[in-house]
Amino acid sequence: MWDFLGAQYEQILFSSWQHFSLVVQCLILATVLAVVLAAVVYRSSALTGIANSVSAIGLTIPSFAFIGLLIAPLGFGVVPAVIVVAFFATLPILRNAVVGLAGIAPSIVESARGIGMSRFRTLLQVELPMAWPIILTGIRVSAQMVMGIAAIAAYSLGPGLGGFIFSGLSRLGGANSLESVLTGVIGVVVLALILDLLLVGLGRLTTPRGIRV
Amino acid sequence: MSELITSNSAESMSPEGSTTPTGITGANILLDHVTKRFPGQARPAVDGLTMEIPAGKIVMLVGPSGCGKTTTLKMINRLIEPSEGRIVVDGDDVTNMNGDTLRRGIGYVIQAGGLFPHMTVATNIGLVPKMLGWDKARITARVDELLELVSLDPALYRNRYPKELSGGQQQRVGVARALAADPPVLLMDEPFGAVDPITRLRLQDELLNIQEELQKTIVCVTHDFDEAVKLGDWIAIFNEGAQLEQYDTPERILGDPANEFVENFIGSGAGLKQLTLTRVAEVGFGDAVVGSPGERAADVLARLITAGHGHAVIVDERHRPIQWLSRRKLGRLEVISSVPDPKLPVVGYRATLNDALDIMLVSSAGAALVTGRRDMFKGVIDVQTVMDAITRSQTAAVLESDQAPVGLNTGVFQAQAPATELNETDSDGADARASR
Repeated sequence: MWDFLGAQYEQILFSSWQHFSLVVQCLILATVLAVVLAAVVYRSSALTGIANSVSAIGLTIPSFAFIGLLIAPLGFGVVPAVIVVAFFATLPILRNAVVGLAGIAPSIVESARGIGMSRFRTLLQVELPMAWPIILTGIRVSAQMVMGIAAIAAYSLGPGLGGFIFSGLSRLGGANSLESVLTGVIGVVVLALILDLLLVGLGRLTTPRGIRV
Repeated sequence: MSELITSNSAESMSPEGSTTPTGITGANILLDHVTKRFPGQARPAVDGLTMEIPAGKIVMLVGPSGCGKTTTLKMINRLIEPSEGRIVVDGDDVTNMNGDTLRRGIGYVIQAGGLFPHMTVATNIGLVPKMLGWDKARITARVDELLELVSLDPALYRNRYPKELSGGQQQRVGVARALAADPPVLLMDEPFGAVDPITRLRLQDELLNIQEELQKTIVCVTHDFDEAVKLGDWIAIFNEGAQLEQYDTPERILGDPANEFVENFIGSGAGLKQLTLTRVAEVGFGDAVVGSPGERAADVLARLITAGHGHAVIVDERHRPIQWLSRRKLGRLEVISSVPDPKLPVVGYRATLNDALDIMLVSSAGAALVTGRRDMFKGVIDVQTVMDAITRSQTAAVLESDQAPVGLNTGVFQAQAPATELNETDSDGADARASR
């Protein structure tokens, strides 16, 4: 095991970095998407219902099948990997963003409107900052989940630690195959922990004292 | 039709505008045939309401819940858009202007202040000035000035978050935020509903003090009739559909309710409520024989007999009353002591006659000592003074009725005689007033 790590450490570090970067970039994309979607739907109960169903049902789609389906139209490479990771990352964030925005007391919104804030300014300066801790919780859930999904995305020859897992599994019993799989799995877990710590730190920095629990 | 009303209202409002005493920073407001229908409701929430709100006055909107008083309030800053009619603020028709711009120029206070929990007190207060493009230094200075105005120490409270404040403090910050850009009009929606009774009384007193200084036009919704009596220069009592039952001074509403609905709404004890309308400072109080500790009791007694009074007030070196001695007590004393009497019936000169009477009833003398600033002794008030003041205010209330601002509902009359509606209602109103 140590020999494998020693021999491959450059490749491991590079793949880890790529894995991490794929997840973070997809999370950012997913957050933007989810918040925009939530902002569109949270005021209508019908649309909110649809959004919640979509995020619930979406999570039941097997990610492996989803990526396999995407390879047909999009080919191998980064694009299907990004689409799958971003898709799954969006769902928990969307759900939390809708809950967070809908949970703001009507009196707060009324008082924002009452002092002359426009709809958009109210959303930007009052509703989103107040919903932010809940949205961030969604981002953390997403981050944990898509770390694993990003490994599966390696099936489409996308970047990341998934490569170690797949190449190990495909020649199981062969030299260093188990080490390869373990490297991939442990690497993903370690990355997930690091990212979660970073997100907790982000939460500390971006949540004002007034709404910290 | 609407032109007729415009000219009519312009006439009734412009002389007031020109004779405005200096110091009034408020603007008058006119609701002109305003109707609000909510989709899916058979009856309009506000039905053809015409109401004039004079500049620099506090107008209280009261009525049972669901009567349309809050809807009426929110139509002034167009948080709720009127279905029909016009809103005129300070002579400008604001019915079609940009709602956000309008609201930046009108202060708005809701229950519990409506503060944003993720912003500090200073940021909350500075929101409107920031939207209006003030520079940072000016906003900071203004925030401190406003915190002082609502009796909060800026250094202590500027950087706190709303959750670090008590309910009363939050409400004060809410008022400060509404006043931030010095708007001529302040709208308050049950502002003191969420605080405990003692804090509520203090906030009400403070609002009156602030109003004395700033003289804004304040429109305030409440379901508490006693609050309306205490705060209002004018009280508008609404029935369902924002039907204006009576729009008059507190004195006249208490002394001369327009109909049974108003009577029921006032509830029992109208006479006692009148006592809350007058402050001790407004009635005359008698002077007293004053002595100080260390004096010989016989000297004071001699002065007492010369003046023909029954009691002498002993004050300390800062002129605060400490004892109130009868002739009998003085006769038994050698030298007057400096020990304060804890049960002294003392009432502040800003207190209402209601408070004064309460203290008098408790005290054996049937009178109370009035103190002014820094608890300095000012005079003596007795039951007879209070009775006289009530009689006077009742007679005065009937006389001052013709200054009442315009307030009527046209929705009802419209169906019967659309062409002569205004004249009819006008003369109706005049008749009704004359007959009172």
